[in-house]
Amino acid sequence: MVKVQRSTVIDAPVAEVWAILRDFNGHDRWHPAVARSRVDGGLRSEQVGAVRNFSLTGGEHLREQLLTLSDKERHLRYAIVESEIPLHNYVAEVKLKPVTDGDRTFWSWSSRFETPPGQEDELAELVAKDVYEAGFEAIRQRLGRGERASATARPAQRQTPVASSAPAASGGALPGIAMTIARHGGPEEFRRTEISAAPPGPGQVRLRQSAVGVNFIDVYCRSGYFDLLTPPGPPGMEAAGTVVDVGPGVTHLRPGQRAAYACPPVGAYASVRTLDAALVIPLPEGIDLETAAAGLLKGISAEFLLHRVHKLQAGETALIYAPAGGVGRILCQWAKHLGARVIGATSSEEKARIARAAGAQHVILPGPKSLEEQVMELTEGRGADVIYDAVGRDSFAHSLGALAPCGHLISFGQASGDIGSWDIGSLAERSVTLSRPNYGHYTDTPEKIAAITERLFDALARRIVTVEIDQRYPLTEAAAAHRALEARETTGSTILIPDSPQGETA
Amino acid sequence: MPDVYVSSVIPAPTDRVWARIRDFNALPDWHPGIAESRIESGMPADQVGCVRNFRLKDGGQIREKLLALSDYDLSCSYAILESPMGVENYIATLKLTPITDGNRTLAEWSAEFDCPPERAEELVSHIGRNVFQGGFDALKQSLAGG
Repeated sequence: MVKVQRSTVIDAPVAEVWAILRDFNGHDRWHPAVARSRVDGGLRSEQVGAVRNFSLTGGEHLREQLLTLSDKERHLRYAIVESEIPLHNYVAEVKLKPVTDGDRTFWSWSSRFETPPGQEDELAELVAKDVYEAGFEAIRQRLGRGERASATARPAQRQTPVASSAPAASGGALPGIAMTIARHGGPEEFRRTEISAAPPGPGQVRLRQSAVGVNFIDVYCRSGYFDLLTPPGPPGMEAAGTVVDVGPGVTHLRPGQRAAYACPPVGAYASVRTLDAALVIPLPEGIDLETAAAGLLKGISAEFLLHRVHKLQAGETALIYAPAGGVGRILCQWAKHLGARVIGATSSEEKARIARAAGAQHVILPGPKSLEEQVMELTEGRGADVIYDAVGRDSFAHSLGALAPCGHLISFGQASGDIGSWDIGSLAERSVTLSRPNYGHYTDTPEKIAAITERLFDALARRIVTVEIDQRYPLTEAAAAHRALEARETTGSTILIPDSPQGETA
Repeated sequence: MPDVYVSSVIPAPTDRVWARIRDFNALPDWHPGIAESRIESGMPADQVGCVRNFRLKDGGQIREKLLALSDYDLSCSYAILESPMGVENYIATLKLTPITDGNRTLAEWSAEFDCPPERAEELVSHIGRNVFQGGFDALKQSLAGG
């Protein structure tokens, strides 16, 4: 039996390191030896028993099974179940511990296994160096605050919250990159631009961004359909990262803290950014940076649509359009949890499957019968109590026809085009309540954002709602991300990663 | 039940750190807050069940009983029998783990105890900073560079 044990200290808070390592299927995004990875059999990567099926950059193919995952102990165990490298009975353990002195992370990675006779030393060396130590180094590059491990003592640095003032290391502007457009137009207008984030002034925060969310509104900003972006500049409404420093008067954020935002002004397509701290929310442990970047805007929208625009009640029937889309999926999950009867309206059997998995009891597809006829059949002729409609022009009339008496139609988008002018007299046919909520009005004060995100983070932590990140692009490939989104080729959420190998990693 | 957890990286090989802290009677040799110590009833300092009786530099007297000692796990647990701090059911563990990267040592010191609720915050802070982190700071200084 061969035993290998390696351990190190990463100069980042334990929650940040764990957020990366706990994703059993995420190693192809950070470990240099892993080329591609997926989870077999439709299981989630946090499901104990899940098997990750991956190939190494050298071409070897492996399958490993998750045996233990503990968010309490911050530890996981896994075993090799199939390998083209002769490691037999291989069981490994990853364990993190907080180093309170300096707010750092102790990381131990160990295993025991058997090998063919004579190959013990060679394979132990491979596991220790190419897997464990190379993994340590990759995470250190990605998260570490720039300090290489050394055998010299660091001055004790206690976890006292820093209320204001920048640390000495960040006196000047912080260099970075952004994807900007010089004029409104197609994806080809994106240019990689060297930028710098100024030191934060009063009430401001400076972030090093780890993940940037891509939303359809970014396409509208780029094309000029919405006038939120006056070129030259980068689009982007949401991102998550680590606080570099804060300006005077900022008390809810401190350097090193993980944080995110999802609101105008646009400009999130960047590796570093200085912005109004009141817009930025500290992230609780358990919400990783990519989830925040991918899900904050959609999750906030779902929260106010279900809890504020209309307080959805158990027993109500909710019709949700685009139930397989970003906001739609979260609406289905949450509405079902609230006890509503959820009907999804979508265009294909594949999307219907996603909608059912998210909680839709019924899914309506285009067919010989109209949408309103199908809704009436499913509701014994009564109609839907509330309809969440972001389709716009093509759906509005059908939605009015599918409502129950005194029903509530919430029109929160126009993916198919402007709805145009309507005679409000016709709303009396069913005593319709009509809402046209604007994201900005529900998120324009720190108090409103705090109340919404508190409920959202709780729902994420309890897995009432989940965020599926199905597309990841380096930030510099923002144009490709937009092309895929506009071609309707994407599922789930899309994010941009500023810290790709060729990106800045100061 | 309040609990305290403090951890630090000691820039020295684990066997050297363990040699320093394994001796249950050696607190005055490395902890800056301790003036003198003796083991009661003439027991060896590594006999589980022995009691160390020591005096703080500020004059307080403390008696602690060794509950567990492991040269395999590199850990030591003890309970307070008497102290001026006003804690009950106090059990602490000091544990070392090697850090292969740089041949250093992770030191963890944790405790659980009972006390009046209004004193919990003050005691957690005092034990965490002065007793545990204070001890680690001294270990880091005295063992660095070796």
